[in-house]
Amino acid sequence: MALQEQALPLGGIAPDRTGKYRTDHLLVADMIGRGSKVLDVGCGDGELLQLLESRGIDGRGIELSREGVNHCVAKGLAVVQGDADTDLVNYPDDAFDYVILSQTLQATRQPKVVLENLLRIGRRAIVSFPNFGFWKMRLQLLVGGHMPRTENLPATWYDTANIHFCTIKDFVELCDAINVKMERAVALDLYGRPVPLNLPWWVWNMFGEQGVFLLSRGGAGK
Amino acid sequence: MTNVHPIPSPSILNEDRAHEADHPTSLVAKFGMDQPLKLDCGIDLAPFQIAYQTYGELNADRSNAILICHALTLDQHVANVHPLTGKAGWWEIMVGPGRPLDTDRYFIICANVIGGCMGSTGPASTNPATGKPWGLDFPVITIPDMVRAQAMLLDRLGIETLLCVTGGSMGGMQVLQWTAAYPERVFSALPVACSTRHSAQNIAFHELGRQAVMADPDWHHGRYFERSTHPHRGLAVARMAGHITYLSDAALHRKFGRRMQDRELPTFSFDADFQVESYLRYQGSSFVERFDANSYLYLTRAMDYFDIAADHSGVLAQAFRGIKTRFCVVSFTSDWLFPTSESRALVHALNASSARVSFAEIETDRGHDAFLLDVPEFFDIARAFLESAGKARGLGSTGS
Repeated sequence: MALQEQALPLGGIAPDRTGKYRTDHLLVADMIGRGSKVLDVGCGDGELLQLLESRGIDGRGIELSREGVNHCVAKGLAVVQGDADTDLVNYPDDAFDYVILSQTLQATRQPKVVLENLLRIGRRAIVSFPNFGFWKMRLQLLVGGHMPRTENLPATWYDTANIHFCTIKDFVELCDAINVKMERAVALDLYGRPVPLNLPWWVWNMFGEQGVFLLSRGGAGK
Repeated sequence: MTNVHPIPSPSILNEDRAHEADHPTSLVAKFGMDQPLKLDCGIDLAPFQIAYQTYGELNADRSNAILICHALTLDQHVANVHPLTGKAGWWEIMVGPGRPLDTDRYFIICANVIGGCMGSTGPASTNPATGKPWGLDFPVITIPDMVRAQAMLLDRLGIETLLCVTGGSMGGMQVLQWTAAYPERVFSALPVACSTRHSAQNIAFHELGRQAVMADPDWHHGRYFERSTHPHRGLAVARMAGHITYLSDAALHRKFGRRMQDRELPTFSFDADFQVESYLRYQGSSFVERFDANSYLYLTRAMDYFDIAADHSGVLAQAFRGIKTRFCVVSFTSDWLFPTSESRALVHALNASSARVSFAEIETDRGHDAFLLDVPEFFDIARAFLESAGKARGLGSTGS
């Protein structure tokens, strides 16, 4: 499947003049309608949830780190301590309108199972992840002979939490394999700006520092 | 002969405790024959009374009321000097002006549970049918009975909906029972260090405590008031055993280690050579000053019977179906009496019910008792949770 065919134009990201929120968070928030019920899996210190709540979205979160959870709860957010790999099974089907997995997929033990659970619990899923096909990554491995490290992924190979890196191309293939429909796909460059949509998919996979996907359950046949 | 120092007799007289049970140094709501408390055991208890304390002011639209549910060995004296012991309130660290449960913003209520001994009707109260203390003639009560009585008190106070119900341990059980029985009356719930049911281990420790009380020859099958005795040794042992379960191995080690009490060498006796022994004896003997032995039997029993899921076809999530209450569940890492796994099971059930729930596990080595101690992380969470609940309920941020 060619990614380009699946990429629907975005309405444009609302500019964040305050600089309060991350561009990728604004991008995610723009995909969600007011009044929706949303679960943010791996919500960190609750930055995205706060943005969603400010837009009248009913947000809940799961976070692995105790510090992250306690920060969130201290901000008045509805966040529980839990693990995407083990705790998603406890949520009933169709519990949420959207389930968000922001920059967390690569840190799960079973990305495929997690992805399937996201689309069981939520009618839609929004998944963002660092693209291991990004040119800087490729260059470091090709020329430097090192496991890549970037500004956004500074950890060394031996202490990184990211155990399942993939490229945008890999992710598209996984969605295809488990019959997940891509409603929107956006690649962001190193500065969080969307890579122009009129470029071919291999450019995304090369120049997209991260990919953001709006997914829904695929139909019975494709 | 080898030296032995038994638990000293209490200095507070039976008469003082009996007087406090009938005529408490508290506000009292009296319910007559026409307003019986319908108990789970099938008995209608009437008349009965509920002793309670309040702090702060109820606002004009009655939207800032918070109910605190007290734990097994505590009472309604949350943030005032205790009438029997003269000691500070048990949650003054949490309740007061500028504290997380801010008395400048909220109207705080705490009632002595039914079956307690600080002014709500219980086994130490006078049975109107006999003119003597109820003793074991008092019906066995449950956590739902306690909550039912509190709901009647709130009716009396004209409070329809609580901004929050909170409490730790047995208090947390009451919080959960409130949300299961009266979800529409609870805007938010903050259950701390508790569980939706008592585990076999918890029941076992309680049975140990009860047997210690009943094995004391001064117990007289619960009729000690008439004999001017009090099974203070049995009750102290029960308290000592209980107290161990409220702490952790790490906390005991940090506080006492193997250090000796006022001596360098062992005395080769059964005196309290170790600091930890001395501490436990102190805990035991100070507890019997203020607590009624029969009350201890009844309240531990109420906890043992508690199992919300059992009341809802064995499915915990059923208890919270469609609930609108906002939850914040808090547990402590070193609490082995109500371990985090119990809170997690509750959170899973709440998630399955689509409830709005936060869950924080707080790292501390202080065991179950951590909810009563200075744990700033817990205070921050409680404060923020209440503020966000207040905001959602339209309470002003700088008072009502």
